[in-house]
Amino acid sequence: MNTDKQNFIFTSKAKRVSFILMAIGFVSIICMFMMDRNDDPHYHSNRAWANVFIGAFFFMAISLAAAFFLGLQYAAESAWSTSIKRVIEAVTMYLPYGLSFMMLLFILGQMQVHHIYPWMDPEIAKHDKIISGKMGYFGIFWWIRTILYMIAWLWFTFKLRKNSLDADKLDIDVNNSFHWKNVKLGAWFMVVFAVTSSTSAWDWMLSIDTHWFSTMFGWYMFSGMWISALTTITILIVWLKKLGYLENVTESTVHDMGKWMFAISFLWTYLYFSQFMLIWYADIPEEIIYFQTRWESYKALMWTVFFVNFAFPMIMLMSRDCKRNFFFLMFVGTIIFFGHYMDIIMVVMPGTVGHNWTGLSWMEFGTLFFYLGIFIYVVLNALAKAPLQVKNHPFLQESLHHSV
Amino acid sequence: MATTKQIIHGVFGDEVPMMEACKKLRSAGIRVKEVYTPFPVHGLDSLIGVPRTRLAICAFIYGLTGLCLATLMMWYMMVSDWPNDIGGKPNWAYYFAVPAFIPISFESTVFCAAHGMALTYLLRCWLIPGTKAKNPDSRTTDDKFLIYLELNDEQSKKADAILKDNKAEEVNYKGTIHIEAKY
Repeated sequence: MNTDKQNFIFTSKAKRVSFILMAIGFVSIICMFMMDRNDDPHYHSNRAWANVFIGAFFFMAISLAAAFFLGLQYAAESAWSTSIKRVIEAVTMYLPYGLSFMMLLFILGQMQVHHIYPWMDPEIAKHDKIISGKMGYFGIFWWIRTILYMIAWLWFTFKLRKNSLDADKLDIDVNNSFHWKNVKLGAWFMVVFAVTSSTSAWDWMLSIDTHWFSTMFGWYMFSGMWISALTTITILIVWLKKLGYLENVTESTVHDMGKWMFAISFLWTYLYFSQFMLIWYADIPEEIIYFQTRWESYKALMWTVFFVNFAFPMIMLMSRDCKRNFFFLMFVGTIIFFGHYMDIIMVVMPGTVGHNWTGLSWMEFGTLFFYLGIFIYVVLNALAKAPLQVKNHPFLQESLHHSV
Repeated sequence: MATTKQIIHGVFGDEVPMMEACKKLRSAGIRVKEVYTPFPVHGLDSLIGVPRTRLAICAFIYGLTGLCLATLMMWYMMVSDWPNDIGGKPNWAYYFAVPAFIPISFESTVFCAAHGMALTYLLRCWLIPGTKAKNPDSRTTDDKFLIYLELNDEQSKKADAILKDNKAEEVNYKGTIHIEAKY
């Protein structure tokens, strides 16, 4: 085995790419704030703020779902993923940055700098009948919940990472003590995440459309972040393998990641469609309004999201050969990555920009590049900090001989 | 012209030497007719040259059949024969209320794909009720791994040596069979 490929080296070339992305993004965010004006007196650079919010949420969600996926692997004591554990860990390491961006935006929202959350406006909270009825759930209770989610997720993520790194320091971990610690942590994280993934989606994303409600919304958001995380991890693995790293990760492991992408694309479609179908069927005005705004002003985006995230991966990833073809995985992964970014755009924009939407533009891409640059930098930096292969894991050998 | 072939059972106590023996036999140009194991062994099928399953293609066709059947059924019941108006959603054409038809299409697709696959598998393996077990040595249902070979004399000697070199616990000769040439 090639010994100089045991550790990932964050080359200056890769750094330069991430800095260029950040610079392009930063410039376009500034331009966006200068140009995002409207005659409407209620329009306060809503689109610019919504874009900044979407990027912050999307990449935070990726690292959060990666942490969930890591915890799931421990809780299920699965062996196949052991050889790619460090890649998943590296993706989770963006979580503190993502949560910081979110927190910053929440604080700015409370200070009335932006108007993403209508209920944060004291005037609306007082005079809007529906929102004032919901203020017991929002307001201070919302802030307590937000802080609790952040603390809990960060604690689990860092604990999982720390145990994994500590296990590497030992020559031999006789009782697999660190592994068992992580199994317990992973199982508890599943319990915590099962509740917080839904409630945080209601608090942070659903409350943009404060009048509307859907109990399925939490799962819809969760499946979206899960598939985004899986595509990110797959793209990262394929890229690392192309560079000559992760030599001993078998083709079957990559194949399994392809299966995950395929399966969770369907989970997303299932939840997205079920939410739509039930509301369409019941046809209650206060529920249907959500899809009516989307149908009127965002029709093209709505169909694009549906086809790119459902039909496209279904056709492209159905056969076994496609799931084992690195080019295909990279191609499909990249497209559904953007597809799910568009999905988040479709969740946030109608509640903030509404009928002022003019279609996708450089603003969306510019903001995406900014966050992507930071994300790439943080993840690759975390990847370079530890060996690419865990050392004292009871399932490592099984994983290296994984074949399906 | 008929050929006479020797039936050989190579019995192993572990799957690792058994797989090693299979690899050696194959590289010596000997056809491994069958391997009997107490549990599924990963990677064995490609090792002894079993071609890739075509069950996935069947599944796709069955799924498509299920989708078409469900669509036909719903179109006939809800649109063609007696257009139903449910919840203010008239069915003057199929696409009017297509979201309502999706769950049934999905279930029918899954139903037909799953049942078709299971039935195809059972029929293809001839695992119908009343089928007699075909394993030549009942110890393979307990803890032994058996390589089943049908070889001519020259190959038999080679195979015998390979099996013994790879820690076969027993090499049993189970008589000969006569194979009539088909052409």
